[in-house]
Formats: sequence, structure tokens, C-alpha cells
Amino acid sequence: MGSFLDYTVNGLVIGDVYALLAVGLALIFGVANLVNFAHGSVYTIGAYVGWAAITYLHTPFPVTLAIVALACAALGALIERLALRPLQGRARIAPLLATIGLSFVLDQLVQLVCSPNPRAVPAELPDWRIPIGGGSIGPMDLLIAFVSLTSAGLLYGFLRFTKLGYAVRATAQDREAARQMGVNVDAVNSAVFAIASALGGISGLLVGMYYNHIDPGMSFQATLKGVVAVVIGGIGNVPGAIVGSLILGLTESYGIALFGTTYRNLFAFALLILFLVLLPNGLFGGRKVIDAEPLTGSFIAPSRALKLPAPLIAALTVAAFALPFFATSPYLLQVLTNAWLAALVALSLTLVSGTAGQMSFGQAALMAIGAYASALLATDYGVSPLLSVPVAGLAAALIGTALVFPAFRLRGHYIAIATLAIGEIVGLVILNWESFTHGALGVTGIPPLSAFGYEVTSARAVYWLCLALLVAFALLQMRLINSHIGRTLKALRDDEVAARSHGVEISRYKAIAFGFAGFGAGVSGAISAHLFSYLNNQTFDSQLSLLAVTMAILGGMGNILGAILGAVVLVGLPEAFRFAAEYRILIYGVVLLLLVRFRPQGLLGTV
Amino acid sequence: MAALLQVRALTRRFGGVTAVDALDFEVAEGELVSLIGPNGAGKTTTFNLVSGLDRAASGEVLFDGRRIERLAAEKIAALRIARTFQHGRVFANLSVLDNVLIGAHTRLKAARPKLGPIAELLVALVGPRGVREEQAQLVEDAKAILARFGDRLTPRLDHPAYSLSYANRRRLEIARALALRPRLLMLDEPTAGMNPTETAEMEAIIGDLKRSGLTILLIEHKLDMVMRLSDRVYVLDDGKRIAAGRPAEVRDDPAVIEAYLGHSRIGETRAEAAE
Repeated sequence: MGSFLDYTVNGLVIGDVYALLAVGLALIFGVANLVNFAHGSVYTIGAYVGWAAITYLHTPFPVTLAIVALACAALGALIERLALRPLQGRARIAPLLATIGLSFVLDQLVQLVCSPNPRAVPAELPDWRIPIGGGSIGPMDLLIAFVSLTSAGLLYGFLRFTKLGYAVRATAQDREAARQMGVNVDAVNSAVFAIASALGGISGLLVGMYYNHIDPGMSFQATLKGVVAVVIGGIGNVPGAIVGSLILGLTESYGIALFGTTYRNLFAFALLILFLVLLPNGLFGGRKVIDAEPLTGSFIAPSRALKLPAPLIAALTVAAFALPFFATSPYLLQVLTNAWLAALVALSLTLVSGTAGQMSFGQAALMAIGAYASALLATDYGVSPLLSVPVAGLAAALIGTALVFPAFRLRGHYIAIATLAIGEIVGLVILNWESFTHGALGVTGIPPLSAFGYEVTSARAVYWLCLALLVAFALLQMRLINSHIGRTLKALRDDEVAARSHGVEISRYKAIAFGFAGFGAGVSGAISAHLFSYLNNQTFDSQLSLLAVTMAILGGMGNILGAILGAVVLVGLPEAFRFAAEYRILIYGVVLLLLVRFRPQGLLGTV
Repeated sequence: MAALLQVRALTRRFGGVTAVDALDFEVAEGELVSLIGPNGAGKTTTFNLVSGLDRAASGEVLFDGRRIERLAAEKIAALRIARTFQHGRVFANLSVLDNVLIGAHTRLKAARPKLGPIAELLVALVGPRGVREEQAQLVEDAKAILARFGDRLTPRLDHPAYSLSYANRRRLEIARALALRPRLLMLDEPTAGMNPTETAEMEAIIGDLKRSGLTILLIEHKLDMVMRLSDRVYVLDDGKRIAAGRPAEVRDDPAVIEAYLGHSRIGETRAEAAE
């Protein structure tokens, strides 16, 4: 009983922290119609600013709080002004992609400045505890409750009674009408980003003090948790975000009590998927139908694709195959092999997100499924890789499609969030299903690729194999896009309602796209597993998914050659110039930001 | 003989507003029937209900004697009911030809084997001769349909739809609907936003379609055109049917005149149903 109370208190405290995050996300969604994926980065920066103030300036808590709030507010306003305001009027997914690019940049800057090692944030609080029931409440719990309640009160007062608060609410209801009535919506946006970021930063500080631990990797999970809370409450609904946060905090806390810590995030994301599928407008979003605006979910800029002459493409392909005869450096071949494998994933992504317009942030999970399927078949069941790799492709196609299937009726931002969550869930299931996947230990000793007793281990052989697979998939995808299926996918991307009215079964064609893409990504994952010989739940994480998105956008969404080019540029070039990993992510972020802003059609143009 | 389309007591509410209120009407084979009425009368909502994009609270829709009010839009399209949209919804990034070919989606036989989606994918990847022949034949058919619009669309076969003028998008939408080989064609304000020349041209095309025996349900605000084209007219106001009959009968109906020129009681609240 006592422990139940403890878990409840813990759940509410964590819920309070999530609420500070989620309220900001809800406010931003309200006025800017945007899921801000950089919110977790602001939260992390808040934590680090607080840590620096306490460690170097020895500031007392209220001063630390003020410094964090001010610094993050400034950062938020800056983000809005520099990265998002120029994107007004673009495809709705554009600012979302920009915030992903920003989060890459900010997280990596934190890591470069403060080192990737975790830090301790001294809370400097007395260590008495008030016993209640069988549990107890400590000063940290009370402090968090106090700060979050005060913030909520101040926010309520601001929205309810100040002139700017009125303007914020008006803008949230109808941006254009507010503008017509003389509301300076840019100023409103700025203010909202500042307030939301201040709250997010405070949340980061409090979490750092609560766990006495901060690290640069905390950003992404924080964003995700905030998004979960916001979806539960109904996206854009501020009180809903608070209730959603408390529900999320309690669910996680009770989940940990029942099943253990590693299940915590699994509960969070399962809750998210449940809400997206059953109640996409959340608890308080009302029953308004998500309306079908054409062209909102896709990132297809009306542009003419660059047409490369067929002989040039053929010559490049021949050159790629002939390269191992001239370049003998195994390092170069290895780098290009990685690029070919990445290109397979980029191809799969450009099909679902470009051709079919279903923005997928979970493509790495398909690789993970393929990799695990082949690795486990080869190690635990002694199946030859010749058989296990294609089986792995099929497994990724079937399991991947089945997992996304419930999300097929979602659009735009929602499908992106759902695929991201599904990607996380796949990783967490791999982590927790120890008897089958070996859990956190991973799979070791995966045999190299072999066929008929011949092992494919030399750098050359591996290079040729991967290149041949890539060319085969690219040709198949080209056939697919030129068939009636390609036409149908583009139609449902442009306007689902009109497509349905002409007899297109939306789910069937989305399933075909995800199935085909899943096979390619699964094979890529399976091959990678045999090349790496080791695999764990983090080998194919969400960052890789987002990298695949960046590759596809760089080449031009839906563009087959573009996806290959994007993979070669983003995987090959940083390797060739031997950038350290943290700089590489920074470059990816900058590339994504610049693309979204200046060349949304990518290098070769969207198709 | 029973009418091709029969709508009985169809009702749709949005919150407190009854957008379509116990509506009855029917369209016989080969007939051109118009739905007219002021903005907010429930015409487009009726289209959405019949075409399966919206669900009625109650009432029945019978097509060829079969209940269809619970069917999904894609199933209704498969029964060969085609529609266009009030504001024009072409597939912006598809070419003109591909837009029309999407209209012919339900006619794909070889490309959509009955075995299911996996077979469909494999057939598309292999591309056997039957599929290629079917495609070629549909392309010819699509070109013939586009030729109905004279030189408006044919020279632009490969242009993406987003590059078309507004009027051309409306034409393309009708071409796309015709590619379905509809038994019933539902046109939602086909001449909205068109100038008088373009309107006359469109009227001639609709007249041709009618003479070819096509059954048409039309929503239109340009009453001269409605009167000339229609066999029968239903007048809607506030979701209710307030008059029905031949064009000449409806034109002189006092209820219709009131609906168009204003309500007799000043200040009477009018439901602003979502059109």
C-alpha cells in the first residue's frame, strides 16, 4: 500500500514535469500548427544552463530558475524568428522538418560544448521527508509541484487576462482572422515560443535536479514524452496537455511498479498509439473530424524533376560496378557499401513518404526487424543467410505493414508521430523480449553472408553484392512507380478524398507501398546485421530513421535517383572527409534546415 | 420502373444544425436532375452522403434498388457513381492524363487481380502483356474523353494539374469522373468561377453527355443553365426540399422565390449549415 502511494506521488511528480513540457508543445501547436520537435532540445539546454549556473555561479534556486527561464525564452524566440518564420505558407510538414533539423543541431552543440558525459545537478535541498500513509513526500516533490502549479497559474492568468494572452487565443482559433483584426501574429508566435521554451527549460532543470543527472541524449525522449502527453490531451489543448501529462506520468509510474523500468517508455508509446488510433483528437479535442485538406501531409514541392539522360545513368552504374577494379582501398569500398545499404532505406522511405506522401519517421524499425529476423534465423536456428536474408525482408514487409496498418487513416503530422512511436516501440520490444531477441545483450556472432559454401567477406564482394541489390531494388521501384500503383499512390498522396471517390482503396495501396518499402529496408537491415556480426536494440534507432528522411529530402522526395544520391552524399561524404560522429549529426541537421528553407524540392526534384 | 437513384428521408446533422432534413428525391435512368437552392441549403452535403464521403444520421439511399447509404466512398465508386467537387479537387502533382486514368481505376481488371494486394504488386512489377494492353486501351479512352473538351486539355496531356487554369481544373475533374464510365454522374457546380464563354461551353458539354444517355445529378447556381438542361429540378432550403418539378413549374413557385430573395420574416435566424 505504501509503495502504491509512493508510485502515485512519483507518477504525479513526473507528470508535473511532463506538463511543463507538454503545455509548451500545446501552445506552439495552437498558434503555429506545428509539432515542435526541437522542444526537447530546449529542455536539455535549460537543464544545462541550470547546471552551469549552479556549478559555476553557485546561484540559489530562484535565481537559477530565472536564468534558465530567460535563457530558454530567448532561445525559443530565436528559433521562431530564424528557423520557422521564413517557412510560413509552406507545406505544413516543412516547419516540422525544420524543428527536427534544429534538434539535431542543438543537441550536438550541447554535446560538443558540454561533452557527451552525464552531469550531476546538485539540488541543494534539505533531506527531510514527510511520511503519508506508508509512503513519503520529499522537498523535491513539493518543489516540482510548486513550480509547475505556479507556472500553470501564471500561464492561465496570462492567457485569460492580458492583452497578449487574448491575442494568443485569437491566433490559435483562427490565424487569418486574427491577422485581419490587427493582431500581430508574428509577435504572438514569438511570445508563444518564448513562453513555451521557458517552461520547457524549467522542466529540464527540474528533471535534472530530480534525478541528479543530465546528459545530451535526454532531448529526444523528452520531445517524445511531451508529444505523447499532448496527443492524449488533444493536440493544441493546453489544459488537455496537463491532464495528458498526469495520465502519462501515472501510467509510467504504475507500469514500472508492475513490470520494471525498461518497460517505462513502452507504456508511453503504447498509450500514444492507442490514442492516435482510437481517439486521434485526444480526450479534450472534441469530436471534430480531422478534415481532409489536400496536400497537407506531403512534402512535395511543385517542381519539375531534373531528368538525367539514360546513358549517363547507365554510365554511372557501370562506373560504380567497375570501381573495385581501380580503387583498391578497402576503406573506400566499405564507405560506399554503407552508402548503398543506406540508399536501400532511403529508397524505401522515398516511396512511402514521397510517392505515397505518408511521412514515416520509423523506417529504421523496418531495418531492425529485418536485421533481427536474419540474425536470429542464422545464429539460433542455423538457417543459411541465402535464405534468411529474403525471409527477413518478407518479415519486415509483413510485420512493418501490420504495425502501421492501424495508423493508415491518420494524416500529415499524425502519421509522422505514429510511425516515430512505432519505431520506438519496435526497439523497446526488442529490448524487453529477452528470451527471443537476447534483450540488451544483443545478438553476437552473426555469421557472414554466404551462399553455396562461398563466404562473401572480402570488401569487393560485399560491395558488389550491396550495389547489385540496390540497382535491382531501384529498377523494381521504377517499375512500380510507372505502373498503375505508382499513379494511385501519388493520387492518394495529393488528395485522399478525391482518390476514394474514384474507387481507390486507400488502405490497400498504403499497405502495398509499406510492404514493398519494408522488404527493401528489411533486406538492408539483414545484410547490415551479417556485415556487422553484432546487433542490439540501438543499432537501428530513430536517429537513423530521421537520417533516412533527410536523405530522401536531399535527393528530392519520391525521386529514386535522388534517394541514392542523398544516401551517397550524407553517408559517403562525411566518411570521406573523416568527420567525427558528432560533427556528422550536426551536418545532417544543418543540411536538413537549409534544404527545407531553400530547396524543398531537393537536389534532383520531387516526383 | 424504379428510379436509378432513390433518396428517402435522408438526414444529416452537424451539432445542432440539420444540414439535410428528411430529404426525398429520385433520379431516373437517363434523366438530368438538378439540385438548386441558396448557399447552405444542404446540396453539397447531400452529394457527400450519396457518394459515401459522409454518413447520414438516418434515411436511405438506393442505387439500382440496392441500399448504399452505409457503403464507403470507394465501394460506391465501384458501383459506377462518379462525382466532382465544388472547389475542384484534381491531383495536383499528377499529369492531366494520369488524373483521368485514376478516374478509370475501378475499370482496371488485369492490373488488379482478384487474388489480393500482393498479387497486384507482383503483376505491377512484372508487367505482363495483358496489363500493358489494358493500360494502352485506357490511355486511348482517356484521350477520347479529354477530346470532348476540344483543345482545352488535349494539348496539355503531360502537364501537371497544378499548372492548369482554374477552369481547366474543373474540366479535368469532369473528364476524370467520366473515365469511371459512370451510370450516375454527380456534378457539383461545374461552372463555378467560369466566365460566360466557358460556362456556355460547359453547358454544351453537359448537354452532350445528357443526350448520350448519361444519368446526371447536377448542383448549379446558374439558374438559366439549370432551366435549359434539367428534366426535373429539386429546390432545397435549410436542408429541406421546398419544391420539385419541371423547370418551368419550379421557377414560378412562391416558396422558391422566397428562398432565393429572402425570408418574409426579417431577422429570422437561418442555420448556416456547412456547405
